[in-house]
Amino acid sequence: MRVGPSVRQLGPFRIEVGQPSGAWTLAVSAVAIFAAFIAAGGIFWAYGVNPIHAYAVIAHDVLVVPGAFPEIFRSTIPLLLTGVGLVLAFRAQFYNIGAEGQLLAGAVAATGVALFTPIRGPMTLPVMFAAGFVGGALWGLLPSLLKLRLNVNEVITTLMMNYIALYFVSWLVTGPWRGPSVRGFAYTDQFPLSAWLPLIPGTRIHWPTLVLGVVLAAGCAVLLARTRLGFAIRVQGENPEAARYVGINALRTTLLVMLLSGGAAGLAGVGEVAGVHHKLLDPNQVSLGYGYTAIIVAWLARGQALATLITATLFGLIYSSGDVMQVSLQMPFRVTSVFNGLILFFLIGSERLLAYRVRWAPRRAPADPPASAAAPHRPSGEEQWE
Amino acid sequence: MGVVDWILGVLVRGMALGTPLLWGALGEIYAERAGVVNLGVEGMMILGAFFAFAAAQLTGHPGLGLLAAALIGGMAALLHAFVSVTLRANQFVSGLALSMLGLGLAGLLGRGWEGFPLSNPLPERSILPPLGALLAVAIWALLYHTRWGIILRTVGESPAAADAMGIDVALVRYLAVVFGGMLAGVAGGFLSVAYRPSWTEGMTGGIGWIVVALAIFASWDPLRAIGAALLFGTLFHLSFRLQAWIPPEPLQMMPFAFTILVLAIAARWGARAWRAPEALGLPYLRGER
Amino acid sequence: MHPASTPSASPLVPPGAPVRLAVREIRKTFPGVIANDRVTLDVRRGEVHALLGENGAGKTTLMNILYGIYQPDAGEIVIDGREVRVRSPRDAIAHGVGMVPQHFLLVRRHTVAENVALGLSGTRFLLPVRGVEMQINAFADRYGLRVDPHAAIWQLSISEQQRVEILKALLRGAEILILDEPTSVLTPQEAMQLFGVLRRMKEEGKSVIFITHKLDEVLAAADRVTVMRKGRVIDTVPVGMASKPQLARMMVGHDVDFQLPARHPGTGAPALVVEDLWVQGDRGLPVVRGVSFVLHRQEILGIAGVAGNGQRELVEALTGLRRVERGRVTVLDRDVSRWSPRTMSKMGVAHIPEERIRMGIVPPMSVTENAILRRYEEPPFSRGPLMDYVSATRFAQQLIVEYSIQTPSPRTPARLLSGGNIQKLILARELSHRPDLIIAAHPTYGLDVSTTDRIHRLLLQRRDDGAAVLLVSEDLDEIRALADRIGVMYGGELVAVVPAGTDRETVGLLMAGQRV
Repeated sequence: MRVGPSVRQLGPFRIEVGQPSGAWTLAVSAVAIFAAFIAAGGIFWAYGVNPIHAYAVIAHDVLVVPGAFPEIFRSTIPLLLTGVGLVLAFRAQFYNIGAEGQLLAGAVAATGVALFTPIRGPMTLPVMFAAGFVGGALWGLLPSLLKLRLNVNEVITTLMMNYIALYFVSWLVTGPWRGPSVRGFAYTDQFPLSAWLPLIPGTRIHWPTLVLGVVLAAGCAVLLARTRLGFAIRVQGENPEAARYVGINALRTTLLVMLLSGGAAGLAGVGEVAGVHHKLLDPNQVSLGYGYTAIIVAWLARGQALATLITATLFGLIYSSGDVMQVSLQMPFRVTSVFNGLILFFLIGSERLLAYRVRWAPRRAPADPPASAAAPHRPSGEEQWE
Repeated sequence: MGVVDWILGVLVRGMALGTPLLWGALGEIYAERAGVVNLGVEGMMILGAFFAFAAAQLTGHPGLGLLAAALIGGMAALLHAFVSVTLRANQFVSGLALSMLGLGLAGLLGRGWEGFPLSNPLPERSILPPLGALLAVAIWALLYHTRWGIILRTVGESPAAADAMGIDVALVRYLAVVFGGMLAGVAGGFLSVAYRPSWTEGMTGGIGWIVVALAIFASWDPLRAIGAALLFGTLFHLSFRLQAWIPPEPLQMMPFAFTILVLAIAARWGARAWRAPEALGLPYLRGER
Repeated sequence: MHPASTPSASPLVPPGAPVRLAVREIRKTFPGVIANDRVTLDVRRGEVHALLGENGAGKTTLMNILYGIYQPDAGEIVIDGREVRVRSPRDAIAHGVGMVPQHFLLVRRHTVAENVALGLSGTRFLLPVRGVEMQINAFADRYGLRVDPHAAIWQLSISEQQRVEILKALLRGAEILILDEPTSVLTPQEAMQLFGVLRRMKEEGKSVIFITHKLDEVLAAADRVTVMRKGRVIDTVPVGMASKPQLARMMVGHDVDFQLPARHPGTGAPALVVEDLWVQGDRGLPVVRGVSFVLHRQEILGIAGVAGNGQRELVEALTGLRRVERGRVTVLDRDVSRWSPRTMSKMGVAHIPEERIRMGIVPPMSVTENAILRRYEEPPFSRGPLMDYVSATRFAQQLIVEYSIQTPSPRTPARLLSGGNIQKLILARELSHRPDLIIAAHPTYGLDVSTTDRIHRLLLQRRDDGAAVLLVSEDLDEIRALADRIGVMYGGELVAVVPAGTDRETVGLLMAGQRV
C-alpha cells in the first residue's frame, strides 16, 4: 500500500480531495445504475422488446397500478436483512457469498420450530426468529472457520454451502418433511396460524420482519460507528496486520461478524417461510436469489449499514419489475439476473471513476510557484512515489 | 452386472462429465496463471451451453455449436478482462457479476428453446475427452517450456517484473482471460451438444463454481487438472448412479461438499505445492507497489 | 584495471569523452509536490556517475522517468545525440537503458535462467532456457557475477539476487545501467565487490548511473557526482575535486555536524533481558538462533545488520507478535515470553513497527482513530461497549500539537498524510503513554532530514528520561549516531555487542559474518 498523493497543497492546511464526497459517490452510483438500465434496454431490444415500451410498462405496473407499490417491499425485506449482514461481513473483508444458503438454513430452522415442536401461541414467532438466526449463523460457521484456521478462500466455500443448502432443502421437502396432507407436491404441511407473520392490512408486507430489518440496519450502523467491537471490526477489515499489531483477536472478531452476517440472512429466511409461503417448499421458490442480489445491495451501500435501506428498496423495485416483465411482457424472471449482473458491472466499473477524481483533481498547474514545494507540509517525493 | 463392468461404466461416464470440468478448469488455470481470477465460469459455461445448442440446432453441425460456444465464452471473458484489468475493479466481484449476467442472458435468450432435444448431438465419447487431455499436456508444455509460458507466469507472479522487462501486462492478461473464457465456453457447449444434448435453463447447475475450485485443487497445474476433473466427474456421475439406493438430493450435494473437503485438505497439507500465483487477484498499475 | 585504492586515484573520464545520455530541463510534479524541477545532467561513455541526494531529493523519480515508468511533464532526454521519448520500459530497453531497481523485480519462484530469458527478445519460443544458461555463464565470467542459472530466486542471497538483476540488464545489451541504491542491502564487503563489477563495465565503455545517499560510496566508486536536493540539481562535480564536507553541504543544504552526540552512561536497571531466544521464521525454520542480551534503562541498544538476518523476527518476538520457541524474555522483571501484543503494550512496551503503513496504521481510518488504536479499549476512549470519540478527538488534537503532525484535521484519513507525518503519528501514539521500553524498527527509513532529526531527538530524550530503547536499523550511520552499544545480527545470531565508538569497518565485517 502506498501513501495517496491526495492533499491539495495551496497553503499549509488545505482542502483534501482524496475522500470522494458523499454527493459525488451518490452521483457516480446513480449514473452507473442509469447506464446499466440503458445497457439492459439494449438487451431487451435485441430480444425483440422495445425498451422504451418495456420501461413504460414497468413504471406503470410497478408504481401506478393500485396495490403494486407495496409489493416492492416484499422483496425488499429479505434483501434488507441479508444486505445488512453482508455489509458487516464485507467491512471485515470477509467475502460472504453464502447468504443464499444461510437464508435457506434460517428457513429450515424456522420450519422445524413451526412444524415439529410443540411450541404454539405468541411465543412461536420469536422462537422461529431465534432458531432462524442460529440456523443462518451456523451455516456460515464452517466457511469462516476454514478461512480463519486454514486460510481457505471463503468465496468458494460459501458458494458451495449454497448448493449444499439448496439440495438439503430439496431433500427435506421431497423426503422426510414432505407434508402428509399435500399429496404428491414437494412441500411441507402448512404452518399453524400462530407461525404466520402478521401483514400490513391491504398489503402482503409481513411488517415484523421489515421492522426487524430496519432495526438491524440501525443497530449495525451504531455497532460499526460507535462501539468497541465495531472499531475492532473496522481495524481488522481495513488492515489485518495492524489488528495483529495491536492485539485484536482476529478469530473472535471475524467469527462474530460471520455469525451476525449469517444470522441476519437466516432471519430473512424466517420471514420468507413465515410471512410469505407459510410452508417450506422448493428452495428456488423460498429464495428468488435474494442471497446473491444482497451482494449488490451491500456493495452499492458501500459499507454503510443504513444505506442498505435505500439500496434494498431499489432492488425490491427491480424484483417487482421482474414480476411485471414476466406477466406483462412475457419475459422470463431470469431477466432480473441480467439487471443484477449489469448493475454490478457498472458499479464496480465506476469505482475507478471515483479514484480518477482522486488522482487527477488535485494536480496543480505547472505555473504554480515552486516555493510552496519547500513548505513544511510538503510530502517528500521519493517516499511516496518510488 | 459384474462389479468390474459397473466400475468401468462409472469411470467412462465420469470421464464424460469430467470433460467439461477439465476444459473449464484448464481455462481457469490459464487465466489465473496470468494473475486473474475469473469467478464468471458459471456464467460463461451457461452462455456457451446455450449458444452451442442454438448454433448446432440452426446449422445442423454440433462442431459449429462448439465454435459458437468458444466465441461467446471469449466475449464474456473479454468483459471480465476489461472490468478487472483495464478498470482494475475487484476481480471476485466482477466474476460474480459475469456469472449473474451470463445466467440471466442465457435464461432470457433460451426461453424459446427450453426443453428441446438437440437433433444431431455430438457423441459423448467424441474427440473432446481425449482432446481435453491433449490440451492439458499442451498447456503444461506451453507454461513450462516456452517463452510465452515464462511471460504468462511472470505476469501472474510479479507483473512489475514483467513490466520492467517491457512486457505489456494488460495485453498478456487480456489474452489469458479471453482464452480461458473460450475454454469455459466449450466446456458449457459440451454439456448441451454432447453430454445432455438439449437445452434447459440453469443446466450447468453449479459446475462452473466447482471448476474454480478445481483450479486450486489442481494447484494451478494443467496435468493435475486431468486427475482432478476425472475425480469430480466420477463423483458427479456417482451422484446419479447411486440414486437407485439413496435419494438423489443428498447425492447431488456430494460434489459440493467434497469440494469444500478437498480445499481444506489442500490448505492443510498442501503447503508449498499449493501456493497460488503471487499476484493472483491483484490489479496491476505501473509505478505502484 | 587502474589501481583505485584512493578515491582521487580513480581514473577520471577525460572531459572529452562523448556524452551518452543527456537529460535537459526535466520537470515532474505529483499532486502537491515537485519531484523534479528543471533537472539537467549528462552521463558520458565509460563513466560511473553517482547521483547523490537524500531520500526525497528526486533521484528515484528521475531514474523512473529515464526508464519509462513515469512520464515527465516537461523536458527532454537525449541518448547518443538524438532526442528520444521513453514511454515505457520497453522504449528504455530499446535505447540501451537498463535498470537495477532498489527492490528487485525478480520472480521468486522462477529460476535465474527463466528470469533472464523473460527479457531477452532473441530467445527461441520452445525451450527458451537452454541457450540462456550459456549466455548467463559467459557474462558471469566476464564481469565477475557468478550465479547458478538453475537456482530459484528464493534460494539466493540478496547479493546474488542483485547479480541476477545486473545480468538481466547486461544480457539485454544495456549500455547505460542505472543502479538504484544498490548497496542498501549489501554488507560493506559485498559493496566493494559490486564496485569492482562496475569498474569492469566502465572499462568496456558502458555508462553507469549509481544512486546513493552515502558519501563514502560516491568517493569509492564514482567518477563524477551530481548532487540533488529537493527535486533540483545542485551541481555536478568530478569526484577527485570534491570533499566529503563539501558534498554533504550540497546534499543537505547546511553544514552537517559529523560529531557524534555524547554518549549516555546507560547504567540504569535492566529493562529487557533476553536469554537464549529462538524464533521461527515464516517458512518454519529457526531464524533467531539463541540470542541473548540485556538492555538497561537509560540506554539505547542499536541492532545493526543486513536485512533478513533475523531482526524482524526478533522484534516480533519481543513485542508478542511471534511465538517464542525457546528461551526467555524478561521485561522489567516479568517473564513475558508468552504475552500477547496487547498485554505487552499495557505493561509499557512501545513498538514502532518496521512497516509503518502496512502495520503501524489503518490507512483509511482517521488520524483520531489511529491515535487511539493502541488503547481504544481503555477509558477515556471507550466506556463499556461504547466508544467515546469526543475524548479520542481531544487526545488526537493534543498529539497533533505536541508532535507537530501536519494534518488538515483529526478527521482526515491517515493514508492522506505524508510518510513523515504518519511516522510522527505512530511515535506520538506509542510514546504518549510514557513506555519503559521502546522497540523501534527502522524508525526513520525513507524520511526526510528534518523528520529524521526530530525522531532521533525524541528517542534520545526518552532515553534520558529513563526509558530503554532497542533500535533496529539497517542504517549504520543512524545506529552509530544514537546507540550507546551496538549489537550486530548475522544469520539469526547476535554475533557481537560492541561499544558505541567502534569503527565502521569492524561493524561492517561483523555484519558480513566475519568474527572479529
